[in-house]
Amino acid sequence: MPGPIAETLAGVLLVATLASAVVRPWGLPEAVVAVPAAGLLLLLGILPLTQAGAEARSLAPTIGFLAAVLVLASLCDRFGLFEAAGSWMASGSRGRPVTLLALVFAIASTVTAVLSLDATVVLLTPVVFATVARLRLRAKPHVYACTHLANSASLLLPVSNLTNLLAFSASGLSFVRFGATMALPWLAAIAVEWLVLRRFFAVDLVGHAEPVAGTRSPVPVFACVVVVLTLLGFFVTSLLHIAPAFAALGGAVTLAVPALVSRRATVRDVGLALEVPFLAFVLALGLIVKAVSVHGLGSLVSHLVPGGTSLGALLLIAVIAAVLANLINNLPAVLLLLPAASVAGPGAVLAVLIGVNTGPNLTYVGSLATLLWRRVLRERGEELPLSEFVRLGALTVPLVLVASTVALWVSLRLMG
Amino acid sequence: MRIVIWVVEGTWQGCVDAASRSLPSGAQVALLHVTPSDVAEVAGAATTGLLGRAFAGRRPARSFRDVADAAASELLADAAARLGRQDAELLRRRGRVEREVIRAVAENVDLLVVARDGDHSRLGPHSLGPATRFVVDHAPCAVLLVWPDQPPGIESIPPPPPPGHHLPPDRD
Repeated sequence: MPGPIAETLAGVLLVATLASAVVRPWGLPEAVVAVPAAGLLLLLGILPLTQAGAEARSLAPTIGFLAAVLVLASLCDRFGLFEAAGSWMASGSRGRPVTLLALVFAIASTVTAVLSLDATVVLLTPVVFATVARLRLRAKPHVYACTHLANSASLLLPVSNLTNLLAFSASGLSFVRFGATMALPWLAAIAVEWLVLRRFFAVDLVGHAEPVAGTRSPVPVFACVVVVLTLLGFFVTSLLHIAPAFAALGGAVTLAVPALVSRRATVRDVGLALEVPFLAFVLALGLIVKAVSVHGLGSLVSHLVPGGTSLGALLLIAVIAAVLANLINNLPAVLLLLPAASVAGPGAVLAVLIGVNTGPNLTYVGSLATLLWRRVLRERGEELPLSEFVRLGALTVPLVLVASTVALWVSLRLMG
Repeated sequence: MRIVIWVVEGTWQGCVDAASRSLPSGAQVALLHVTPSDVAEVAGAATTGLLGRAFAGRRPARSFRDVADAAASELLADAAARLGRQDAELLRRRGRVEREVIRAVAENVDLLVVARDGDHSRLGPHSLGPATRFVVDHAPCAVLLVWPDQPPGIESIPPPPPPGHHLPPDRD
């Protein structure tokens, strides 16, 4: 097939895949479009089998790692970890909204870093929402903190975000080194979010919570121990040069067996927690982006990504990544940028992550496409006052980008 | 006479107490609560924003909207009990808070009772939050602005400006 046609077709299929993932016609899983699209690219020879095989092999460990983390987080929920976190935040706040916000920050940052942003968005945010309602405080600062931190506090570990997992395998960094280098940028991002949100929502952080009736959820000691051991396992496996995915697998199995025995979860629940359609979507998206990259866009991107690890270069990379994440969502953005960034070195890869992870707070959970779709919804008569979200994003994202990238630059200097 | 008391989390008790002290006998009372629609919206949409993860197995058991609605109903019931007026009409709204409040008092309302939501340490034009500011400016009826707790003392007034100094024109 002639180059330009192949290039166009790959591009069209990427757009179609992303559009259907945002719109989700008839509520179908995203993989329903992504997998056939990837298949078509293979069938037509636009993506040669050898390259597809190489890409699939490089994605396979990441997808396995992702599956284990998804199951681990879901089982933690079954054991009542998030409910217990809600109780703890409610009693620890002693009724003061600012103290509650600080605890929400601590929990959301930790959950995002250790159990991934999915856990914060899907499992923790509803608990925070219910806790705030029970305390009869204003929900806005706390809920916005969760959605913001799910993105900006996902810098710390490879497991914190799927983008990190993808970059982790491309960067050649060890788990320990990744975490050690990203610790400062992670703290910088959280600090900026705190300073901005605390001021932005000052009016909503008034009053005093009311005494809550009802029992406190017990702390699930076993699940907590397994999570801590899994975290240690990540570092130990990394030091022993074993794939840290095995630590995640170990944690997931250790929780799954007693959960199944005690009937907290059924085999079906564990199967659902695996999210096979999502894993298939990630693989298919990886292949489609690969096809787009080999047909020209890759070389365009590699011209865009500057080399070197000077502060200016890192900032430029982070900004490009943030813009791209807002245009096409952060998963495809990271897949497109990684090949060029990994040539430029681990510093560049981590700067890409700062951009794609923290940038999404700008245009409503990460994609211009989502935003446009929401506009369509609004025209159908659903009122969506989102200006506040966008204003908050416009305040935090540039500051977080700069603070985290400067912190990364310092980290890279310190780590040598 | 028809009176609407706007109750908000964090300040409702003081607001209801202040209103009950100044309620004329025989007044018709309605209690109003508005749930900001963007909170549940943002929380719910963060889930849809996770590209590729829109999967039925992961929806929270109760929607954010249900949780918020239940909490609002309980708050209104408690406010009516605190006011000692079980006959009070309970108005539960959802949307852009300041606009819903104005809409609720647009017709046949003589008085709207509003709690100040600002911070006592920064008295001045910004001691009212944006929503309260909007309501105070646009309410088509009389507004009773009450402190939800202890009013600040007279010593909160700053020293007078030096002679010859004119107050800047109000830019709010």
